[in-house]
Amino acid sequence: MSTIYILWLRQVKKYFRSKTRIIGSLGQPLLFLVALGFGFGSIYKQAGRGNYIQFLAPGIIMMSVLFTAVFSGIDLIWDRQFGFLKETMVAPVSRLEIMLGKTLGGATVAAVQGVIVFILTLFVGFKPQSLMMLPVALGFVILVAVLFTSLGIAMASMMEDMQGFQLIMNFLVMPVFFLSGALFPLQGLPTVMEVVTRLDPLTYGIDGVRAALINGGKFGIANNFLILSALTALLLAVGSFLFERIEA
Amino acid sequence: MELNGNGGAIISVSDLTKSFDGLTAVDHISFEVNKGETFAFLGPNGAGKTTTIKMLTTLLRPTSGKIVINGHDPARQKDAVRKSFGIVFQDPSLDDDLTALENMQFHAVLYKVPKEIREVRIEELLRLVELWDRRNDLVKTFSGGMKRRLEIARGLAHHPKILFLDEPTLGLDPQTRNHMWNYIKDINLKENMTVFFTTHYMEEAEKVAGRIAIIDHGKIIALGTSAQLMERTGTKTLEEAFLALTGSVIREQEATSMDKMRRMRNMWRRK
Repeated sequence: MSTIYILWLRQVKKYFRSKTRIIGSLGQPLLFLVALGFGFGSIYKQAGRGNYIQFLAPGIIMMSVLFTAVFSGIDLIWDRQFGFLKETMVAPVSRLEIMLGKTLGGATVAAVQGVIVFILTLFVGFKPQSLMMLPVALGFVILVAVLFTSLGIAMASMMEDMQGFQLIMNFLVMPVFFLSGALFPLQGLPTVMEVVTRLDPLTYGIDGVRAALINGGKFGIANNFLILSALTALLLAVGSFLFERIEA
Repeated sequence: MELNGNGGAIISVSDLTKSFDGLTAVDHISFEVNKGETFAFLGPNGAGKTTTIKMLTTLLRPTSGKIVINGHDPARQKDAVRKSFGIVFQDPSLDDDLTALENMQFHAVLYKVPKEIREVRIEELLRLVELWDRRNDLVKTFSGGMKRRLEIARGLAHHPKILFLDEPTLGLDPQTRNHMWNYIKDINLKENMTVFFTTHYMEEAEKVAGRIAIIDHGKIIALGTSAQLMERTGTKTLEEAFLALTGSVIREQEATSMDKMRRMRNMWRRK
């Protein structure tokens, strides 16, 4: 337990220490929220679907959780390049504890980032319909955070250096974001798109948050929760398996 | 021969081999290091020093051969082995975004140093390496020498029985180097801690080590005190002895055939 705690603590301390990184990472969600939210707002309204900011905000919150989580996982490569990973790997602790500490630390950072972006959306005009449901939304944020931090660690375990970073960004993180229904409703999509969105884990996270905050989900809170929990458990197992095989 | 330690072998290696895709980095080496001994691994670049240390410290799995560290096998009883040594790596391994104190605490928690003694011991060690006043500064503000000293303090935080040092003084000025060896010798004598180090600096090996193993192309080609090595090669300094044993060709990745012949000649000459 103490191992997991100290690894978690390290990650969280480093996050709160890098104020410029926190502020920097708020730029993108804010830009998306303002440009898309107000840009497409009138078309969305004309189509009879109401306020686009209301719809978009959960998607943007989850976008920042996704990005922060994947990066926190991939962070492992820096630990390896700067040698700190070796220090952890020669310690008399199990690889599973190291992986769990790293995952929980990364996920905490990603969830905090999600909460900060949530607060930001309030200033842009997002109005959650029920404050009672905030803890449920937070639950989805945490699940998504754990899922994608594990994915980042799994990726980092297979990579030697940051060379593959662009590849992951363009062929994994971006598609997961754009094909998740973060920006558009899942109703009335062409069949191929419908299938693709259903294969995207982030879809269920965003749908869950929409269900909790704006009564707008498609699959229902329970379904989203079950699917996402199963996927998170799976990714955590894959991440642990790949991490165990690292030779420092 | 107080430098040669006492009380039996704490590291014992027999027929240890490691190959990477057909390239043999470590080739059937055998040696023993006694409890309390200061033992040096000397060799040109790419001789297999770091690979050997990685196998001794559970970071790499040997292709074949047997290792016993403090009574345990690094391949099977990893945690028992890990508890018994501290290590200072060739490359830096601190977290630059944490303070000196936090780096120490991180290590102490990972090695399960009991809470009651943790803080006392960390203070003691940071004072020893003269970093106590800088304990709350981020490591990224430290100089190379300060980082090295912190790494040594960290490696000692769980009171290991063996301290591995992989080229610990690389890039340090003579003052820092001297200081560093003073702390280490001090603990070596006080706690009967075994020290196993690799180096490029002959005078360092000569001064600090009880026995020296010279490794080249993955094989141990000579082992003994520096006096014995000089005597065997009929040379006056350890450096000359080293060159006589390993040849004076500069090592790139592959040795030339000329160099291999010279090595063979030397091997015949020795026996």
